[in-house]
Amino acid sequence: MEKEGKMVTIYVMGKKHRVPAGLTIMKAMEYAGYQLRRGVGCRGGFCGACATLYRVKGSYKLQAALACQKVVEDGMYIVQIPFTPAEKKLYDIEKIRPTPNVFVEHFPEITRCLSCNTCTKACPQDLMVMDYVQAALRGDIEKVVELSFDCIACGLCAIRCPAEIVPYQVAQLARRLYSKYILGLSEEVEKRVAEVEEGKFDEELEQLKRLPPEELRKRYESREIRV
Amino acid sequence: MELPRWNCCGTVHALAKDDVMHHLAPVRVLLRVEEAVEAGLVDEPRVVTLCAMCYNTLKRANHLYRNDSDKRRVIESIMEKENRPYGGKAEVIHLLELLSELGWGKISERVERPLEELRVAPYYGCLLLRPRGFGVDDPEEPRIMENLLEALGAEVVDIPFKSRCCGAYHTVFMKEEAAELSYKILRQASEMGADLIALSCPLCMFNMADRQGLIGRLFRDFKGIPVLYFTQLMALAFGLEEEAHLEENNPDPRPLLRERGLWR
Repeated sequence: MEKEGKMVTIYVMGKKHRVPAGLTIMKAMEYAGYQLRRGVGCRGGFCGACATLYRVKGSYKLQAALACQKVVEDGMYIVQIPFTPAEKKLYDIEKIRPTPNVFVEHFPEITRCLSCNTCTKACPQDLMVMDYVQAALRGDIEKVVELSFDCIACGLCAIRCPAEIVPYQVAQLARRLYSKYILGLSEEVEKRVAEVEEGKFDEELEQLKRLPPEELRKRYESREIRV
Repeated sequence: MELPRWNCCGTVHALAKDDVMHHLAPVRVLLRVEEAVEAGLVDEPRVVTLCAMCYNTLKRANHLYRNDSDKRRVIESIMEKENRPYGGKAEVIHLLELLSELGWGKISERVERPLEELRVAPYYGCLLLRPRGFGVDDPEEPRIMENLLEALGAEVVDIPFKSRCCGAYHTVFMKEEAAELSYKILRQASEMGADLIALSCPLCMFNMADRQGLIGRLFRDFKGIPVLYFTQLMALAFGLEEEAHLEENNPDPRPLLRERGLWR
């Protein structure tokens, strides 16, 4: 938090509130008395539930962010977008194939992409959304997967797209096709699942269950993270 | 090399005065060309297209960006907060122009199987030649495809309809009318003794080749004639049969080529 006591003015759906500077949009809304039921999820920037649009007083730019990540600014007009109205395309992953035209067949609207890059600018994950829509247009499944891997499906790209494309659904189709037909099954995962089923880790788990909370915390904090 | 991060050019140059949005895509491609030079991937900011539509769209957007400062400002403002604006330095050339630059003699040297006794009618359509100043050659008397075909050893059949409209996008909503336009060009080529037609544009290819079934139903005297990209003829002459991908063409040109001893 910034200097203690400093307050800023925000407008939630037009209503004015004074909130402490340094809060995230989500916390500022709760400070102002809103009880969030929709438009809130993991609070850690991973689930994509708290898509938010805002405009700062004096600027013509409509901006997009996740409420749990973005810190409030003075003069911010905020509206929550807890749900993106987007038609859900149905397909049977067993029946479709990773062909070059698979994206255009399911999402013909991607051919309307103007390359304006508005989607990329709206993405709170800093993904190159337009680049993956273009990769989908030319049927490059692997490129779509590579560029969209960190997508959290918050829907902001779809809300902002002037061509009314729903990029995150296109990317999801790419990742499904990729894992089913291109990547294939992972030997390591199969091996590990077999080990779990054989009870290889049961004893260790039982030991953990019996540990006092302080010891668990200590172990958690000193755990080895391999990248 | 393939241009990194290329996007679809939009396929049609927007003519409406207030339609600046549709110039973004080609301008972005041109920006990628400059970026490729900056990244040290290529020496010169030149981009080669195989497609007549990409060629026309990119080249006209480039001209507009360089000469219309108001539109340039609007485009720059839409593209703000990106790496940098396009500097106007990219040059757009068509593969035919690059081949001409290399010299027809060099092309001839590479020919392993001359397309002898193959009578080919070059078809330019609109976007390779028009408007004046944006084409690969003179819009009235083009020679560039003729020169290439001669270098490959083929016999050129000059058809008066070589730059007539194939029907273009009318094929979507007025397919019979578009089919009639293509039929006239195809019939003329046949009547003048051409074995096949060579072209560059994928939309011409669709209207003049893939629509031949419809053309046959509409015009009972129509017999059908193979249509190939000029690059397929190059592959054939260079002895790169597999790369020619003639199995993708409809109607199938292979029986005719086999007859002429140009296909296995």
